Amino acid sequence: MKKMKFSVYRYNPETDNKPYYKDYEVELEAHDTKLLSALIKIKDYQDDSVSFRRSCREGVCGSDALNINGRNGLACLTDLAGLKEPVILRPIPGLPVIRDLIVDMTQFFNQYNSIKPYVIDDRPMPERERLQSPQERNELNGVIECILCACCSTACPSFWWNPDKFVGPAALLHAYRFIADSRDQASSLRLDELNDPYRLFRCHTIMNCADVCPKHLNPTRAIGKIKELMVSRAV
Amino acid sequence: MVKRHITGAGFGFISWLQQRITAVIMLIFAIIFLVCVFISAFNVNSSITSWQNLFNCTLVKIVVQIFFLAVVLHAWVGIRDIWMDYVKCNAVKLTLHILTILWLFGSLIYSIKVIW
Repeated sequence: MKKMKFSVYRYNPETDNKPYYKDYEVELEAHDTKLLSALIKIKDYQDDSVSFRRSCREGVCGSDALNINGRNGLACLTDLAGLKEPVILRPIPGLPVIRDLIVDMTQFFNQYNSIKPYVIDDRPMPERERLQSPQERNELNGVIECILCACCSTACPSFWWNPDKFVGPAALLHAYRFIADSRDQASSLRLDELNDPYRLFRCHTIMNCADVCPKHLNPTRAIGKIKELMVSRAV
Repeated sequence: MVKRHITGAGFGFISWLQQRITAVIMLIFAIIFLVCVFISAFNVNSSITSWQNLFNCTLVKIVVQIFFLAVVLHAWVGIRDIWMDYVKCNAVKLTLHILTILWLFGSLIYSIKVIW
């Protein structure tokens, strides 16, 4: 049985004046391979007041995004092997902390909602579903897999600085997902709504988003494609 | 007044494209200028007069003037972005924008006087 040390960001606004770090030592069994297993062990056996979000524990729900040793990632997909000890766990940066590792995602989802994350098609409803060719569907590969964990947006300095005005990499990836969708009829409107010095053009191609994405997506490339479409409709 | 976040200024794209195009113009000019400097450095006949003759050529004057225009247009977007990021009061921001435009426009006029 292996032991690992963790230093966890703790803050309860009802009892704490300011945040602090609490150290834990966890005994890991052979099947405890992911960081989420260690966190659950801390909560189950050592300190049930440690608060964090988790649900599917297999990288699909996107709820356990954390800042792990200074780098954003999903606890359920992060291998314990290879993590430098003590493993410093913080909430994802740039969003208000509700408690311990739980952040208020309102700002993030406000930006997501602002890009109208649904297919817009005012044409009469077809008798059956709206069809898409395999080639048209392939256009969505690499963007449709986003699980909205917010690892990318909260690793983006432009989003830290203007979270109320800059849409952020996650929502811009989704904006491209609907612009690229052959069933959507509002591409031009979507481009109009992103033509703003803050909403799209605060992206300075820093590429932290692509670096930390736990699903290995590339929001910077999607943002580049949006800009390319703006160029192609203007010239 | 109700505090709301209003977006959709409608000019981000033009500024972005302007900054990219002017960057390419400046890069091309910088390469040409550096090549001239290197050629001059290895040419024993190079003198202040040969440089004056070069910059008295109308074509060179036009190229240098285009470079200065690119610098001004590029700097406008960059400086404007700094004010937008760091200044929160709209009145102060607008004042700084106007002062920046006046300064850059003045610099451009001065560049015309110097080059021509």
